[in-house]
Amino acid sequence: MSLLLFGILAVIALITAALMVTARNLVHAVLMMVANFGTVAIMYITLSAPFVAVVQVAVYAGAIMVLFLFVVMLLGEQQLSFDEPFAGQRMAAGVLGLLLAIMLLVTLFTASPAVLQTGLTAEQIGRENAQRVGELLYTQYLLPFEATSILLLIAMVGAVVLAKRRLL
Amino acid sequence: MDVPIQYYGLLSALLFSMGVAGVLLRRNIIIVFMSIELMFNAANLLFVAFARHQNGLDGQVFVFFVMTVAAAEVAVGLALVMALFRSKQTTDVDDASTLKG
Amino acid sequence: MITFPSDLNLGPIAPALVVVVTGILVMLADLFLFRAEDRHNTVWVALGGLIVAFLVTLGLWGQVSGGPITAIGGLAILDRFALFLDLILILVTAIVMLLSAEYLVEQNIEHAEFYTLILFSVSGMMLMGASADLMTLWVSFETFSIALYVLAAYARPKVESEEAGLKYFFLGAFSAGFFLYGIAMTYGATGTTRLMGIAQFIQANAATISANNMLYVGLGLILVGLGFKVALVPFHQWTPDVYEGAPTAVTAFMATATKAAGFAALLRVLFLAFPQLSGAWSTILALLAVLTMIGGNVIALSQRNIKRMLAYSSIAHAGYILIAIVAGGAQAVSAAMFYILAYALMTLGAFAVVIALNRGGAEVVNFEDYAGLIQRRPGLTHALAVFMFALTGFPPLAGFVGKWYIFDLAVRNGWAWLAVVGTLASVISAGYYLYIVVLMYMRPAPDNAPDLGGAQGTAGLAVALTLIGTVLLGIFASPIFNLAQSALLAAR
Repeated sequence: MSLLLFGILAVIALITAALMVTARNLVHAVLMMVANFGTVAIMYITLSAPFVAVVQVAVYAGAIMVLFLFVVMLLGEQQLSFDEPFAGQRMAAGVLGLLLAIMLLVTLFTASPAVLQTGLTAEQIGRENAQRVGELLYTQYLLPFEATSILLLIAMVGAVVLAKRRLL
Repeated sequence: MDVPIQYYGLLSALLFSMGVAGVLLRRNIIIVFMSIELMFNAANLLFVAFARHQNGLDGQVFVFFVMTVAAAEVAVGLALVMALFRSKQTTDVDDASTLKG
Repeated sequence: MITFPSDLNLGPIAPALVVVVTGILVMLADLFLFRAEDRHNTVWVALGGLIVAFLVTLGLWGQVSGGPITAIGGLAILDRFALFLDLILILVTAIVMLLSAEYLVEQNIEHAEFYTLILFSVSGMMLMGASADLMTLWVSFETFSIALYVLAAYARPKVESEEAGLKYFFLGAFSAGFFLYGIAMTYGATGTTRLMGIAQFIQANAATISANNMLYVGLGLILVGLGFKVALVPFHQWTPDVYEGAPTAVTAFMATATKAAGFAALLRVLFLAFPQLSGAWSTILALLAVLTMIGGNVIALSQRNIKRMLAYSSIAHAGYILIAIVAGGAQAVSAAMFYILAYALMTLGAFAVVIALNRGGAEVVNFEDYAGLIQRRPGLTHALAVFMFALTGFPPLAGFVGKWYIFDLAVRNGWAWLAVVGTLASVISAGYYLYIVVLMYMRPAPDNAPDLGGAQGTAGLAVALTLIGTVLLGIFASPIFNLAQSALLAAR
């Protein structure tokens, strides 16, 4: 049953990703991106990560999509052209990308990832998930957590520096 | 029946490759940007799947860091696009080439 | 019940913390302390903070003589390697600030946010050097990168600068994606992101490790991500455009501080997490080193813009540093760190001269502008000539000693052919470094030569400091090399 659910979600995720990457209409592309991220969020629930799923929806559907749509609307809808001035370079990029894709697919499909003895079961991870993740964030992973606060401050200062019409 | 971890790996690799293809082959700045987000998303899926496979939570914590970084990057990146657009009135990468490659 | 990590020791991040606090103080001082016409004084707040950071780093230096200390949940590491990197970064940043002070006024882009962003960026680099964990490394990598994207576009509304920022942003984010995916695969393969944990896993599973493709591919993707940041060929294409378009003071910062931090991360990852796989990565990196040295130097020959020329030169020098990593052994870290210091001084010096020559908004970057410079600005001409000789690798200057240590290491560890390629590449590099010298001393100045600035003020001070550093580092190399040697990476 869960295999069937995975299959359905995977197909939706792949189709929305493909539509996003090939979209000619920017608004469609943004919506496909959100659909893709939402599908992945459902997958997170099946992977005993409900808190991550909720945050994924909040951040991507709530914040990032709005930003993207805001810029798309502000700049005006533009039809995209597929003219490519560097035809040769593009071929090379395509070939390299294809090789990379094949390498990743083969590697990950044949991989046997490490298994740890954490004393937890998948079910336990999913229960009280937010609390467990939060505790880890504020204790074990305190350092990168604090580093992200600097990162957000930089983003804030940077966005103001870039977007303000005139800095005094 | 549980889904084998390799299936998640396969899905994630496909999503990542699509993101890479989008960056390499598309010329519209916004689409390229979203393709990069897709790459990050594929990595997140891998983190969560591995965390489940290992019965640990570290992978889930990493996803939070990735999301924070992605959000900060979107803010700065879109501000850059806006600033350039205001100066040049275009969003296509190749139109924006005062600098020669 | 919440339990904090028992090793909650702020030592490893103390220099970075001081720098972050300074960045915030600069913003506050700009807001509350100075009136609009005194705003340039914020640079002194920033420099004061750097001095404090310098003292803190020196204070910590004595404390860690007994080997590395991991802290904060095992995510950070305090050792002399991190502290030596901190010292280099503080020095580079201080010189960049001296360079910027008048440059920003001339370009009409002076705001306190510039110093704040530089300081935040440096704090990210310092954190990166102190990371003992791939995820922490990645977050700090992004921290300094995002600040740099903004800084590259800082001369807005100049279109070149905005394009440089955007280009840097897209390639940086793209490479960060590879880096992240590599971390995800490594995490899957080993079940941990701690650098030492990865090494322990590899050691414990030595028999089956060669079949663990995911680990190898993960390492490869991490190398791609870091290779973009330190501009190894073939991941270098963004470099000349971004270096040319960004404000020159930012270019000087990117060319030196980013390189130092990027190579520090490479050294950490390769020597702490993947030492047992060195058979695999050293071959690949040797190939990249050859491509980088030859590619960078050959393309630099055809440049006619000094910022682009220095961009390709920075690519080529990354190749030399890579030789030290490939050669490995006990002295690899000290040779690499010494070279990074020497390279930073020489390159900052060259950029300092370029900035000092600025007059008004127009930048003096075309080669024609340098013809006959000896008659017009003899002092700066001599200084630039010294930097060019040092970059080529003439004795007794810093660049020569740095190359000597690296090539010597390569020969002793069985990579003699790589040293030969490096020497040949240096000979090629003479073609463009000395061309500038010939132009300055032997060609007449063009009739329509632009107005030039002189070596006054803080930019002149920066030229003098880097000049003294380049010469002294060449003559008194061994004490500093010994200092770098005590910055050896922790043996597990």
